[in-house]
Amino acid sequence: MIKNELWPKMNEAIVAGDRAAAAALAGDAVRSGLDLLEVIERGYVPGIEKVGELWEQGEYFLPELISSAEAMKAAMAVLEPELNRKNIGARMGGKVVIGTVEGDIHDIGKNLVASMLQAGGFEVFDLGADVKLERFIEKAEAVGAGMICLSALLTTTMTNQRRLIGLLRDKGLRDKYKVLVGGAPASRKWAEEIGADGYAENAVAAVKLAKSLAGRA
Amino acid sequence: MIKTKKPKLELLHGALVERIVDEGLTLLERQGVMVENGEALRLLGDAGADVDLRSQRARLGRKLVEDCLASTPSTIVLYDRSGGKSFDVGGDEVHFDPGSAAVTLLDHETQTERKASTADLIEFYKLVETLEHIHFQSTGLIAYDVPAAASDCYRLYLGLCLSEKPFVTGTFRVEGFRPMQDLLAAVRGGESELRLKPLAIFDACPSPPLKWSNLTTQSLVDAARAGIPSELISMGMTGATSLATIAGTLVQHVAENLSGLAICQVARRGAPVIFGGSPSSFDMRKGTTPMGAIETMMIDAAYTQIGKFLKLPTHAYMALSDAKINDPQAGFETALGAVLGALAGVNVISGPGMLDFESAQSFEKLVIDDGICAMVYRLLEGVAQRDDPIALDKFEGFTPGMSFLSHPHTRQWYRKEHILAGLVDRDPYEAWVTAGRTSIVDKAHADVVRRLGKYAAPPLSEAVRKELDGIMAAYGRSAGVESLPLPTGF
Repeated sequence: MIKNELWPKMNEAIVAGDRAAAAALAGDAVRSGLDLLEVIERGYVPGIEKVGELWEQGEYFLPELISSAEAMKAAMAVLEPELNRKNIGARMGGKVVIGTVEGDIHDIGKNLVASMLQAGGFEVFDLGADVKLERFIEKAEAVGAGMICLSALLTTTMTNQRRLIGLLRDKGLRDKYKVLVGGAPASRKWAEEIGADGYAENAVAAVKLAKSLAGRA
Repeated sequence: MIKTKKPKLELLHGALVERIVDEGLTLLERQGVMVENGEALRLLGDAGADVDLRSQRARLGRKLVEDCLASTPSTIVLYDRSGGKSFDVGGDEVHFDPGSAAVTLLDHETQTERKASTADLIEFYKLVETLEHIHFQSTGLIAYDVPAAASDCYRLYLGLCLSEKPFVTGTFRVEGFRPMQDLLAAVRGGESELRLKPLAIFDACPSPPLKWSNLTTQSLVDAARAGIPSELISMGMTGATSLATIAGTLVQHVAENLSGLAICQVARRGAPVIFGGSPSSFDMRKGTTPMGAIETMMIDAAYTQIGKFLKLPTHAYMALSDAKINDPQAGFETALGAVLGALAGVNVISGPGMLDFESAQSFEKLVIDDGICAMVYRLLEGVAQRDDPIALDKFEGFTPGMSFLSHPHTRQWYRKEHILAGLVDRDPYEAWVTAGRTSIVDKAHADVVRRLGKYAAPPLSEAVRKELDGIMAAYGRSAGVESLPLPTGF
């Protein structure tokens, strides 16, 4: 299949949230020996960007958003092993450690942000919910992440976002990481108050913020 | 006299009720439920469930669940603190309690939410004590100034010291159960007395889909053994943690609640259980869980109908709002929920006072909502035939311009047939202007102040109070809590 036909199809697969099609097209690209970075950039990324636009226009809701992110994931699952074989990094966004802070078991919002970050080209290490603060730092240190994203849904647990920043400071690691906070009780004001690097009110905004902090926007 | 019809709402076709229950039972049989508690898994296994201890999964056969349903009482009788006044939780009886476990309080002066303190919680209990149409207390605020290790027990302790009303409460830690049970037993004068006259309901929430956490499972087991009613709060969020369809969410609701009920029954046959919930229509734009959504209320009314079909007492989170202040949304969502819940015959309706997705309480809203509850109780009384003939004899000697204002029949009936307005505005326009154009929120605030001023602690024997103080102090020490916001002897 020639590229001019492939790009719009990949695009559509992502916008439609069609996992099977997204993966099948990625397989076609691998078999045709195409430049896989070009495939990602021209075939898939415009699709997920379109999804972001549709969300912002109020056309897309969470089910569409998450389906598209999963379609992106399905395509990347095909492309990444090939790129790895050629020692080419597919994740231009850098590494992100994400989780819901300790004491808090809510993870729907966090999962959305993780999926969208992944779809946006970040390598995401999702630690799940009720994550001990030390684990965020251990993981970030271990994988060489540049960003730590903290979710909290309760006013009682959001204070752990502040504690993590204190913990980073105590360890002399504060400047090594960008810390992003989110969740129902968080706000831009809260992020400023606790000295976080940013706050996003939803998953699409989180990707934009992460990209701008990573110098990619 | 013709019998008065009790107004009643049934959303589901009878055949759909049966179909949903059938699928719920099949789901428990085929997929089962995750139970993160070894003791409960063993009890279920002993009772015949297909249990895999390693994956913590229990598949419950239809026969087992049906036996458990058969041993669950269809009505629970709660008693107030003195044991004198009883409340039937069953049939189509309706009782309201404030929405529970809010973390913030809407401050009237600043109109912003702020963290709730112990002082706020004490005022909350005093205020609710004065509200005639809110039959039960709930441990409605989580005070930020109480260490988490003692928080569940401390809020019940304060409530029992300050109020006569039965409580809706629950544990935050496994260790919290015992001292909370001890507090309740101390009021009754013993554990067997508490079993005979339950004073509190304990909420226990499964984690959708189809999972019971260790904490909530332990609460079910402990409460069943103590004879304390467990309120099962299944809470699927449509399209997120349960199916997007209302009927699909109901199937999961049935499976989760009936697995909880089974855990209670295998822990102790005959344990009191309430078929409750806090499901919601998940907002696909905001990712929030609106309790004021009409679909949320439809799910509530529908599972209540199912609970009644299963001959169980019922509960729902209704008569509350997602608004952030006492605005029109707060009023209409609350009233809509209160009316629909009451017409559906929900036995325990948790909600009054609550705003912002179950996270905030408002004193002003509590007194406004008490007025809504008053209207609802009037509605539930229905339209009665008071006289025979109904009217004909009153028209004997009819003349033009006849008025009923001074008619003895009016004096005889108007107070029974009509309730007073309470806080709502019924002034003619000019009178409203002259009175300062006050809104219901301002009037409610004045009423809060008035009620707190007139609150008098209901008498509690010194011996019981001493015992409560002792239990609380000991639990605080054992939980490593150095000091509590108020001395236990306040």
